[in-house]
Amino acid sequence: MSKPFRIRKSTVFLVLTIINVMAFSLLMLHGRSVQARAGQLLAPSSKLAKELQLTDLCLFTEARYTRHPAMGDVHAAFQDHPMALEHFPSGSLVPAPSPLKRRHE
Amino acid sequence: MNRSIERHKNILEFSLSSLLRRKTKNLSLLAIYTLIVFAIASLLFFLSAMKREASLILKDAPDMVVQRMVAGRQDLVPLSYAKEIALFRGVRDVKPRLWGYYYDAPSGGNLTVITADKAPGTITIGSGVSRLRSATVGDVIILQSYDNQVPLMLEIKEVLPFESELAAADLVIMSDIDFRKLFKFPKDHATDLALTVANSRELSTLAEKIADKYPDARPILKSEMLRTYDSIFDWRGGMMLVMMIAAVLSFIIFAWDRATGLSAEERKEIGILKSIGWETSDVLLLKFWEGAVISLSAFFFGVIAAYLHVFSLSAPLFQPVLKGWSVLYPEFKLVPAVDAYQLGVLFFLTVAPYTFATIIPCWRAATIDPDAAMRS
Amino acid sequence: MNMISLTNITKSFHVGKASQFVAVNDVSLDIEPGKVTILKGPSGSGKTTLMTLIGCMARPTSGRIVLSGMRATWMTSEDPSGVEITSLPERFLNDIRRRTFGFVFQQFNLLKGISVLENVMLPAYPTGEDHREFAKRAGMLLEQFSIARHAKSPVEWLSGGELQRVAIARALINDPSVIIADEPTAHLDTALSREFMTIVGTLKQAGKTILIASHDPIVFDSPLADRVVEMRDGVITSSGSKP
Repeated sequence: MSKPFRIRKSTVFLVLTIINVMAFSLLMLHGRSVQARAGQLLAPSSKLAKELQLTDLCLFTEARYTRHPAMGDVHAAFQDHPMALEHFPSGSLVPAPSPLKRRHE
Repeated sequence: MNRSIERHKNILEFSLSSLLRRKTKNLSLLAIYTLIVFAIASLLFFLSAMKREASLILKDAPDMVVQRMVAGRQDLVPLSYAKEIALFRGVRDVKPRLWGYYYDAPSGGNLTVITADKAPGTITIGSGVSRLRSATVGDVIILQSYDNQVPLMLEIKEVLPFESELAAADLVIMSDIDFRKLFKFPKDHATDLALTVANSRELSTLAEKIADKYPDARPILKSEMLRTYDSIFDWRGGMMLVMMIAAVLSFIIFAWDRATGLSAEERKEIGILKSIGWETSDVLLLKFWEGAVISLSAFFFGVIAAYLHVFSLSAPLFQPVLKGWSVLYPEFKLVPAVDAYQLGVLFFLTVAPYTFATIIPCWRAATIDPDAAMRS
Repeated sequence: MNMISLTNITKSFHVGKASQFVAVNDVSLDIEPGKVTILKGPSGSGKTTLMTLIGCMARPTSGRIVLSGMRATWMTSEDPSGVEITSLPERFLNDIRRRTFGFVFQQFNLLKGISVLENVMLPAYPTGEDHREFAKRAGMLLEQFSIARHAKSPVEWLSGGELQRVAIARALINDPSVIIADEPTAHLDTALSREFMTIVGTLKQAGKTILIASHDPIVFDSPLADRVVEMRDGVITSSGSKP
């Protein structure tokens, strides 16, 4: 049974896994290196936020309490009338700020 | 050493042959497994990145914001409060803020209107607004004011850069005068007050003092504001927790299927292997590889795909979920955030249970006596 | 010089329980190297159990088994008096079994869904030998038994006779000196049974020691059989050599 050199399945798998590990490591290293410059990359936004004294990210523009969760209070999610629908999923994702100390609210 | 490597490679070879016997089943398993890892890893990456973005962008938020509540709803703050609070010890500056929301009927989007030192009749808009209204520098935007339905005509002097989308996509920045005109805003009131404090350690005492003097005031500390975002993007809470539980359950189901599914056929095969010279340790190694091939592959494929999904493509698969009913949704490119601890937990949750679930049930079968095959 | 020497071998199962029974009772036997020895007897006579004891698959309850003239990596020098395998630790016993014995089972016991070639190579996988070496040997064995064209086929595609030859090829992959076959012709017709004995002849010519348990006359009446040992109820009733 003379056959030319056949590639074994285990070799294929091991090579594939090595490629995977390398790709994984590369991405992680890339991530780490960019991370280090995060402050730099986000400078324009943080500068703007400082100038305008912004308190929230513009993520969920559906409702007041989702647009400015840091400004919301425990009642904020209650809309003006009983038929007002909950905003999903942002309503579930976005809590009101929890006070550090119990106050009278 | 060489023999050991050869042994591993040979046994791995057979485990692959064994898996390939049921190609469809095992490929589907791999696909689903990868999908779950992909979903969880995407979420982990996304949340880590957002958390960092939030903390970096909002690090210079006001030290304290004072709101006023009436019957459980936020109401306007009288400017007299501002003057009196400015006299409190430790308060360096009190800035009455004018800001609010404007619903843009033509586009259906909600805009956040804030004020800054601008010439009346001119505005700066966020890049999201520019997209929404297809308007750029030089264009004139018309906003319906609350006053006599006379529309307000505002010229766009500047559009904020794309990089600032996450902070300012929906902003419309105008002058105080235009703001009061637009919303028919009462003259001696403000939306809230932004305080600058001399000593940040005094913040909570100051807040208490304010709350004591003005029972209807609601002070919010900077640390509380930032913590809101920490909890939104916390991978151990909220939606993420639900997803994690779902994923863990899926993995348990996979592992369970493996753990209890040692069929008579599998048992017989192990008996045959034992009878042709395989030892217990060889059989266990085989089962280990059968599990590891799938779980390792799924883990790497899933995580790599997740990384690319979140950081190269800005997580398009999450968009429908995050966008919800919003009309205006920010376009952003996240800065990669990689947390070794999280990835370690993910690895432990995905690879370990499945791999070991394949070995444990085989333990008993693997210790079968080699002569058992002679008897059957 | 005797290859395998059994002295007062007894094997009992379920010792201490109600179902206790003695499969092999005080058997003493010498298996000569390079010869074909047949174990003849009805089912339940203990011949299968005896073969598992000889083939290092199980340990006797009492008695001694000594093997001489076989290779083992952990032996520093070849001891002319042989190795007593009855008291060897598991690991060493396994090693001896792998190197010395090749088994052919009644049901062939080949793995479904796996190719013929891989089935033949399987006993060599855990030994740590370079796969190119045993792949070459496997190829030669398939050639020898004229089944090389089925190398990549799954075993389900093969006929009974072809499966028999695959089973024999597998038994030979580690180049053992002793072949043990348990009722090899039980599921074969006359033609294939005779074919089997032809292969036995080839192996005998190659110097292998062959031990077959069978109640098939084609086997025990064959001119190739050097010795027929009769067993009944765990005891040797006739340890005659063929004249």
